[in-house]
Amino acid sequence: MINRRHMILASGAMLVAAPATARQAGQPASAAQRWGLLIDTSKCGVECTVCVEACKAEMGLSGHDRPRTDAQYVRKVNVRDPATGAAHSVPVMCQHCAKPPCVDVCPTGASMKRADGIVLVDRHICIGCRYCMMACPYKARSFAHEDQSGQQPHLPRGKGTVEGCTLCVHRIDEGKPPACVEACAARARGAMLFGDLNDPKSEIAQKVAREATTRIRADLGLEPGVRYQGI
Amino acid sequence: MGALAVLITLLALPAFAADLPQWPKAKGEACIAANDVMRREHPDMLKHQRDDTLRLGIRGAKASLKACVECHAATSADGHAVPVDAPGQFCQSCHSYVAVKPDCFECHATTPKATVREASR
Ligand code: HEC
Ligand code: HEC
Ligand code: HEC
Repeated sequence: MINRRHMILASGAMLVAAPATARQAGQPASAAQRWGLLIDTSKCGVECTVCVEACKAEMGLSGHDRPRTDAQYVRKVNVRDPATGAAHSVPVMCQHCAKPPCVDVCPTGASMKRADGIVLVDRHICIGCRYCMMACPYKARSFAHEDQSGQQPHLPRGKGTVEGCTLCVHRIDEGKPPACVEACAARARGAMLFGDLNDPKSEIAQKVAREATTRIRADLGLEPGVRYQGI
Repeated sequence: MGALAVLITLLALPAFAADLPQWPKAKGEACIAANDVMRREHPDMLKHQRDDTLRLGIRGAKASLKACVECHAATSADGHAVPVDAPGQFCQSCHSYVAVKPDCFECHATTPKATVREASR
């Protein structure tokens, strides 16, 4: 149901020059789209955690001061090439693989890929076995170990289920970019570009067609929707 | 014996009526369907909708759990939203009466999004 508030929100979203327009109410996600990210790590500061903090606020992730098990949808991985000394600080989230191993191993069908390439956990049927966490080479998923409170209405989360970056599916469906992308553009150096890789007119599709980009562990052949430059 | 049964029924009836669940008024003009339909069909509506929304990506369809909470969460005297699963509130009062315990609100927010947060975005 579209009420007045939703209309106002939606029209506001258009003004912020969204990379996509909101899908019509009642329309399913379609394989005509393939949402992706292009991250230019040369713009990522070692100390910068703007994307990480924006994600936590957007998703209502509160921790228990246990960094090893607290839910984290995006983390900064600092790497250094011992041969050259070149160091990079890389934001790593769910890579939204075209061939996601987490989906292959899930015994219930909870780990799933939406038609537009977004990989999600259908927590309604997740039994918390965590096979997907083992299968993911990007260490992108977390497990909710405790009862949760203070959830955001757009991101239900609860004990005993696996969770991870949704590419801000709730925002994409409204025609808005993911929260990390928006925050990086507003408060950091705009290292992240979001858009539809299938749309030849989109900035991201043109950039990946023109410039050299890489995928982390491309050798695994999982065809992630997240690409990097500068590493 | 028959008279006793009638007497017990008569005694039980008012008690039964007095215990009917009560809840604060909902926001909005009307529900997404007629009251009698809602009472009977809402579990199916919600289960259908959750698969449509999560798995297929269909948004804005009528039986959204987020929307139930937006209309059915009461506002306390000091202006705070009251969780819909709190004792005496809409979903809880009826469910405790009919003895069902859906686990939806272990994950789903029980109040609408705070207006401050919305505005700051
Ligand atoms: C383990 C956590 C969890 C539990 C328990 C859970 N949900 Fe969900 N639910 C989710 C997540 C995550 C989403 C995806 C939210 C989104 O993308 O907007 C969702 C989405 C939905 C949606 C579509 C979005 C909306 O608000 O309309 C519906 C409907 C829904 N759930 C119904 C239910 C019902 C009914 C129950 C209880 C029987 C339930 N859920 C229990 C996690 C949960
Ligand atoms: C637009 C606001 C709105 C939305 C959205 C909404 N409701 Fe309602 N609902 C109402 C109003 C108003 C009533 C009527 C209350 C009355 O008649 O006193 C009502 C009545 C009901 C009733 C019947 C109560 C009775 O008197 O027996 C049920 C059950 C119900 N709603 C459940 C739901 C569920 C479940 C959802 C989400 C799928 C939902 N509602 C969404 C506003 C809303
Ligand atoms: C008028 C009384 C009434 C109200 C109000 C009500 N419910 Fe229910 N609900 C029921 C009944 C009765 C059942 C059990 C139906 C059955 O078992 O067939 C039920 C079952 C459910 C179920 C399925 C539970 C299961 O284990 O399968 C869900 C989900 C649910 N309700 C959600 C809600 C939500 C969310 C609200 C508040 C927005 C709400 N209900 C308000 C009467 C109500």
